[in-house]
Amino acid sequence: MSIDKETARRVAHLARIRVEEDQLEALAGEFNAILKFVEQLNEVDVEGVEPMTAVMPMRLKRRKDEVTDGGYPEKILANAPDAREGFFAVPKVVE
Amino acid sequence: MGDLSKLTIAEAREGLRKGEFTAVELAESCLGEIEGAGALNAFVQNTPEIALDQAKAADARLKAEGSDAPAMCGIPLGIKDLFCTRHVPSQAASFILDGFRPEYESTVTRNLWDAGAVMLGKLNMDEFAMGSSNETSHYGPAVNPWRQKGSEKPLTPGGSSGGSAAAVAADLCLGATGTDTGGSIRQPAAFTGIVGLKPTYGRCSRWGIVAFASSLDQAGPMVKSVRDAAIMLGAMAGHDPKDSTSMDIPVPDFEAALAGDIKGKRIGIPKEYRMEGMPGEIEKLWEEGAAMLREAGAEIVDISLPHTKYALPAYYVIAPAEASSNLARYDGVRYGHRAKLAEGEGITEMYEKTRAEGFGHEVQRRVMIGTYVLSAGFYDAYYRRAQRVRTLIRRDFDTAFEAGIDAILTPATPSSAFALGEMDDADPIRMYLNDVFTVTVNLAGLPGISVPAGLDEKGLPLGLQLIGRPWEEGELLKTAQVIEDAAGFVSKPEKWW
Repeated sequence: MSIDKETARRVAHLARIRVEEDQLEALAGEFNAILKFVEQLNEVDVEGVEPMTAVMPMRLKRRKDEVTDGGYPEKILANAPDAREGFFAVPKVVE
Repeated sequence: MGDLSKLTIAEAREGLRKGEFTAVELAESCLGEIEGAGALNAFVQNTPEIALDQAKAADARLKAEGSDAPAMCGIPLGIKDLFCTRHVPSQAASFILDGFRPEYESTVTRNLWDAGAVMLGKLNMDEFAMGSSNETSHYGPAVNPWRQKGSEKPLTPGGSSGGSAAAVAADLCLGATGTDTGGSIRQPAAFTGIVGLKPTYGRCSRWGIVAFASSLDQAGPMVKSVRDAAIMLGAMAGHDPKDSTSMDIPVPDFEAALAGDIKGKRIGIPKEYRMEGMPGEIEKLWEEGAAMLREAGAEIVDISLPHTKYALPAYYVIAPAEASSNLARYDGVRYGHRAKLAEGEGITEMYEKTRAEGFGHEVQRRVMIGTYVLSAGFYDAYYRRAQRVRTLIRRDFDTAFEAGIDAILTPATPSSAFALGEMDDADPIRMYLNDVFTVTVNLAGLPGISVPAGLDEKGLPLGLQLIGRPWEEGELLKTAQVIEDAAGFVSKPEKWW
C-alpha cells in the first residue's frame, strides 16, 4: 500500500492538521517510509491469535452512577483561549 | 552546603533525620545548581517558591514525626513537563499547550507531595513524549551533562525524558519523574549514567499525566541509585480510582525487597537481542553483566523471544493510533494555543490552523500516521494486526517466565549518547531504532529497569536493562542492585556548564 499526494491530503484533513500544498509530496514520502517499515508485520502468522485489548488482565471496577465531581465552571473555563458568559466561544458553526 | 544536591535520596533521608541539614537547605542547594545550569536546558519552569514552602513544611513534619516521616519527606525533585501540576505551566513541551496552567494535580505528583517531597520545577522532554533525543521539544533540546573525551560537542540526554535524565545526572535534583511509552525512561537513563525504572503497567496512576499512548504509558522514577528507585517508586505507586487501569493491589515495600541475594535465580539472555551490527562494546558489557549475576549465584540461561523483531513495527502502529485519538482534544477550544483566523474562516480552519501551528513536525507526523492506520479500510490491516502481534510478543515473555525465568538481561540501548543534530537528516526509522531493546517491555506491560554499568571508549555511560515478571518490581530491583554493586559505576560527568 502506497500513499500518494491525494491520500496525504485526505489524511491531513481527517487529522485536522493544515498541510501546505507544496509539502504534501514530502509528507507522503515520510508516510511511505514508516508504512513500509510496519508492513514487516505481514510476515507474522497471526491466524487464530486474539488482538490484545488489555495488557494487564483486570476487571474494570464499577461504582455507583452518581455525581462525584463538578460545580466549578470557572475552573473548567480558566484556560480557554476564548470564554464568554460561562461558555467556550468558537467561530460561528451554524450557517 | 554546596554539595547537598549530589546526595542520593537514601543519603538525604538519613541526613535530614540526623539533623545534619534541613529540607530548606537541601532545596536551596538544588535551586542554586539549577540556576547555574541554564546551558543544560533541563528545567523549563522553575518553582522556587513552591519548593521553599514545601521544604519548610517538610522540616516541620520531620521535626514532628521524626523517623516516622515518609521516606520522601523533604526530598527535592524535578517533574517531567508531562505531569499536570496545579497552577504551574504544564505543556508537555508543546506550543499547543501554550500558557496552560492546570486546575488539578496528577495523582503521581499528588502522592509525592503527600509524602513530603519538594517540587523544584518542570523538566524538558520531547514534545508529547514523542522522540528519543529531546530534540522535538518546543523549548529546544536538553543537553547531556556528559561529553565525549576531548570534545565539546553537545550530546543528547536521550528522550523523551531527557530533561529528567540531564537534571539527575548533573545533580540539579535528587530524583525526577519520568514516563516511558517505548523506552522514554530507560534510554535517557542509560545515556546519562543514572537508574531509570519503568514499573509494571498499572502500578502508577496515569491520571493527570498528558496521554500519549494510553495502553503503553507508565510513570516511573529516574534516580541516582537502585535503592533510590525503590524508595521513590514506593511513593509514586498505588491504586487510583480515577485511573481504571491502575491495579488495586497493595504497594509492597520495594526497599525491603533489596535485602537478600539472588542465588538460584534464573536470568534469561534472549538471543534475538543480539542485533546485527551491534557495537562490540555493547556486546561486551552485556556479557559482563551476565557474569556479574552468575558470580552472585544466579543461573544464566539462553532463551528465545521469537517475535522481538516485530515489536518496533507493532509499536509504530499502536502508539501513533492511540496518539491520534488522545491528541484530538487539542483543538484550540478548551486550553492552549488558538490560531488567528482570517476573514471568512470558520471552525474547520480554526482546528486545522491551530493544530498546524501548535504541533511540531514529529507530533504531526505521528498523529497523521495514527489517523491513517485507524481509517476505514485500513483498521484491520494495520491496527488489528499490530494488536495481534502484540499478543504474540506478550506470549513470548509469558512462555519464558512459565519456564522458570525470573528476569531477563539485555543492553538498554544500541549505542551510547549521540550528538544533538546527528539524526537531523536521517529517516525517522533510524531514530525509532533507539527503542529496539526497550519497546517490547511496554508492549508486554512488564517492569524494566536501566542500570548504569560502564563507560564506552568515548568515555560515555552505557546501561544494562533488566526485565522482570509483572508486579515483581521488588525482585527486579534486587537483581538490579547486584549489577549496581558489581559494576561499581561511580563516574560523574565533569562539570562544564
